[in-house]
Amino acid sequence: MNTLVCISHVPDTTAKINFTSDGHSLDATGVQFVINPYDEFGLTKALHLKESLGGTITVLNVGGPETEPTLRKALAIGADQAVRIDAIPSDAITVAQNIKNHISANSYDLIICGQESIDYNGQQVPAMIAALLQLPFTNACVGLDLSGSEATTKAEIDGGHATFKATLPMVIGGKKGIVEEKDLRIPNMRGIMSARSKPLKIEMAVEGVAPTKAVSFDKPVVKTAVRMIDPENVEELVRLLHEEAKAI
Amino acid sequence: MSIFVYVEDWNGAYKKSSFEAVSYARIWANSLNTSVTALTSSVVSNPSVLGEYGADQVLTFEIAKTGFGLAQQLQALIQNASGVVISGTNFGKSVAPAFTALSSGALSSNTTSTPITISPLTVKRGAFSSKGIETIELSSEMPIICFVPNSIGVQEFPTACTVTETQAEGNDLLSVEEITIASGKIALPEADVVVSAGRGLKGPEHWGMIEALADVLGAATACSKPVSDIGWRPHNEHVGQTGIQVNPNLYIAIGISGAIQHLAGVSASKTIVVVNTDPEAPFFKAADYGIVGDAFQVVPKLVDTLRAFKADQ
Ligand SMILES: Cc1cc2nc3c(=O)[nH]c(=O)nc-3n(C[C@H](O)[C@H](O)[C@H](O)COP(=O)(O)OP(=O)(O)OC[C@H]3O[C@@H](n4cnc5c(N)ncnc54)[C@H](O)[C@@H]3O)c2cc1C
Repeated sequence: MNTLVCISHVPDTTAKINFTSDGHSLDATGVQFVINPYDEFGLTKALHLKESLGGTITVLNVGGPETEPTLRKALAIGADQAVRIDAIPSDAITVAQNIKNHISANSYDLIICGQESIDYNGQQVPAMIAALLQLPFTNACVGLDLSGSEATTKAEIDGGHATFKATLPMVIGGKKGIVEEKDLRIPNMRGIMSARSKPLKIEMAVEGVAPTKAVSFDKPVVKTAVRMIDPENVEELVRLLHEEAKAI
Repeated sequence: MSIFVYVEDWNGAYKKSSFEAVSYARIWANSLNTSVTALTSSVVSNPSVLGEYGADQVLTFEIAKTGFGLAQQLQALIQNASGVVISGTNFGKSVAPAFTALSSGALSSNTTSTPITISPLTVKRGAFSSKGIETIELSSEMPIICFVPNSIGVQEFPTACTVTETQAEGNDLLSVEEITIASGKIALPEADVVVSAGRGLKGPEHWGMIEALADVLGAATACSKPVSDIGWRPHNEHVGQTGIQVNPNLYIAIGISGAIQHLAGVSASKTIVVVNTDPEAPFFKAADYGIVGDAFQVVPKLVDTLRAFKADQ
């Protein structure tokens, strides 16, 4: 069972987000970066599969040298080897193409991505990798069972769930549910020590012309002060929701 | 040339986001002086209704069951396009990137505006879990927009519309074994009103009043992350940065503290009401209306008042 887990390097969920004064990009000053939370579920799932089926877990990131601590953390959690494809991940399709190239040059049974990265919220890369490779794909994947090379996946769909069957290799866009929150692994001392000697390989990126470009970033408009309502007077709330907010 | 729009159906019926997609396409097409071609499942019995929202022609076909299969069909059917619109439903989010990869297009997902400039094409989209708004430029012969449901709104553009049946090859790479839809429930990403509750409710047995409130408002129910982690509510109700992101017209938060990760997924809501015993709860800073009070007293009263209000309407 050779699994590739794609890891996105993102600002911590508690980070205050600011942009550079020219508005072109994230101001990373003081921002702590972490493994994308969706990818943590995927990495833990890969560890569970390795524990029952054996094999190797490779973690991969498309990014600059600053993402290596995040890959080391994934190694400390239990991945066997890491790959960094050296490129600035500015556009989903160029990221997907680079990951596709890596997959084509290696052999994986399963490619686990997170449903989305919490930085650019694209929810694009996993489906693009699958489409480029013509592999089966389950998005919003909340369950994965393997029986030989047959995979049963469970996905969230609008208003419910769907169950699919596919033959490996396949790609999933995972989230909480493929493993539970309480099962998430965190690095321990031994993991951190051994991660130092695990291989982290740097691969050259194939440069493509990015079809999308961030022109600028703004912060959302802050709300005006909250209007407090007496708990004994919920009629007032209903009136305001109807007349002022026009929400009911 | 035409703006193409894939119009999703649920068991043969349209939802609001289906019409919203057509409205989006019409607004874009108007700025280019071109037509709107809607692509939709042949299962739908009344495809000509899409004319009311601006479709000039509707092509119906037997749609594939998975995102990739449908993306292949779209690739076969979309010719001479000035652009493509897909609504950002769960299914749409699988279709749009697959179609982008197949057609070498440029995709803006999580889009929250109609085009700001046409040449070059720019739109706004949510980034950093609503902590940022990105203006993105799409430079491709095939610009593709996947928009957040409820961000544009349904708009009527009555248009004379033709319906033609067609067909296209699409290859599903996995088989659908089972689909379960919670009946009578409103899907969260599409809901106009969301009633959400947190750990302040103290136990799953207290959700009756939350459901009653949702019921009188025609709302979907949601919860904070710890509530789904402890198993009081199902995971698909978990909203926030790592759960479902919502942008309803009205979001009512009961017994939720308003942690930054929770706010990240709900702050795009147009009006926010917060009920919390703690006047210092951070959620009040992100709210439009607030009540400092005990949910167990406030919610039942609110349900009664709303019932009376609705009965008067
Ligand atoms: C990586 C990461 C990702 C996360 N992602 C998310 C996410 O996507 N969504 C999310 O929600 N959280 C997320 N969290 C968790 C988040 O940090 C908070 O812990 C969580 O939102 C708190 O949930 P809560 O408000 O229900 O509970 P609490 O923080 O325990 O708050 C309960 C609130 O209820 C109030 N209360 C108590 N009794 C009553 C009463 N009788 N009537 C009225 N009010 C009452 C209290 O005053 C309090 O404000 C994430 C955390 C991490 C670390």
